[in-house]
Amino acid sequence: MLLRFTEDHEWLKIDGEVATVGITAYAAEQLGDLVFVQLPEIGTTLDKGQEVAVVESVKAASDVYAPVAGEVVAINEEIVNDPSIVNANPESSGWFYKLKLADVKSAEGLMDEAAYKELIG
Amino acid sequence: MSIDAKTSDAKTSATPLQRTPLHALHLALDARMAPFAGYDMPLNYPTGVLKEHRHTRAAAGLFDVSHMGQIILRPKSGGMADAARAIERLVPADILGLAPGRQRYTFLTNDSGGILDDLMVSNRSDHYLLVVNAACKAQDLALLQDGLERDCNVEQLDRALIALQGPKAESALARLSPDCAGMQFMDVRELTILGTECVVARSGYTGEDGFEISLPADVAREIAEGLLENPDVAPAGLAARDTLRLEAGLCLYGADIDTATAPAMAGLSWAIPAARRQGPRTGGFPGARIILEELDRGAASRRVALAPETRTPVRAGAPLFAEESGGTPLGHVTSGGFGPSVDRPIAMGYVPTALSAPGTVLFAEVRGRRLPVAVATFPFVEHQYKRA
Repeated sequence: MLLRFTEDHEWLKIDGEVATVGITAYAAEQLGDLVFVQLPEIGTTLDKGQEVAVVESVKAASDVYAPVAGEVVAINEEIVNDPSIVNANPESSGWFYKLKLADVKSAEGLMDEAAYKELIG
Repeated sequence: MSIDAKTSDAKTSATPLQRTPLHALHLALDARMAPFAGYDMPLNYPTGVLKEHRHTRAAAGLFDVSHMGQIILRPKSGGMADAARAIERLVPADILGLAPGRQRYTFLTNDSGGILDDLMVSNRSDHYLLVVNAACKAQDLALLQDGLERDCNVEQLDRALIALQGPKAESALARLSPDCAGMQFMDVRELTILGTECVVARSGYTGEDGFEISLPADVAREIAEGLLENPDVAPAGLAARDTLRLEAGLCLYGADIDTATAPAMAGLSWAIPAARRQGPRTGGFPGARIILEELDRGAASRRVALAPETRTPVRAGAPLFAEESGGTPLGHVTSGGFGPSVDRPIAMGYVPTALSAPGTVLFAEVRGRRLPVAVATFPFVEHQYKRA
């Protein structure tokens, strides 16, 4: 299991060719209380950087981008029904979707936890 | 994802942000601060906007609204009727009929019938006290000085303003100042709180019962902390203030009303009483002919409550259509988001009067998709004002 982060405040837990993707605790805290989550449909093929999900806090909507290319193979319906799960457990039960990586090596270049912590200060 | 960078503006902004007398308290309470109308204001506290909002409806929320302008108009003649007649040259309210110890909602209008600002006016027996929007206060002060200088001394006060809102507001304030319990909605009185004379109005911007307390800056923190000692009272930030007023169906100046919206289309006809529509004091305020004509004739468009039928929040700026596809926008959303007490998205906006009947289904465009929204009725949450 490999843990990686992006500059756009997403985390990826990579297990073989499938990555579980969510938003970081820092992002969840900055956004504040989430009231709406829109997830992609299973089977959606994503390019790196493509808009894949939308999160809305009380104040504003934010896009979530695909950290790497791949195909959506699972989504977390629980956070659609109860967006507060993302605020409570952003890096565990608040996961967004699972991505079958187009290229298993594509995630290796992303930041590790130490580099991400340095980024957010 | 891109994270809203509002909080960093404070560091990069060319003009330094102003601070209210409660600024240090907000920092001590670990508030998330953001620039608003030139002030560094608390957006929310660590509890978060949803809890702050719901706590206000269930118990009491304490809001710092010291950024708002407080302006005193004192009649040069000593006669309040002279000041009232002068103020009526600028607003369409019945100021002559406003009794001592009472407050009223009104707005400054312009020559084209639009709204320059909305405000509260209190009759304080020997002067009038105006509370105006923060973003408009310099403009309002200039307009009042210019328009009233023959009749009134116009003075901006450098005082703090605290709003205590919610069903427990009365009991919380009564612990420090028992006389507040005898006040009705829109009463204004001088009350002693922790040894300081404060000007207290029974009003607010949440739809709840509550008080707005004007007090000297140097005791603001002590009194705020005195109220916060009560476990029923929790601090609430501007984010909760906005969701609370939206649920209450109240207008936000600059979003729902502005210089392009006339009172009739904004649904504010109730604030223009008979005394200013007929008889010797008809009109006389800027844009009166246009405004009164529209009251008679009816406005071509109307501000309406909108209930999105999906879970997707529909926000300010979203265009509104009659059709699910094609067509041209017939109006737009002016305020919208999530209502924490109704637990669903809510919005308001302008639509043609022919499409303003409750139940009419329109479509709001959000991220390229047309989502159904039904015209609803205000307020989304019933008002809880204390009336006799």
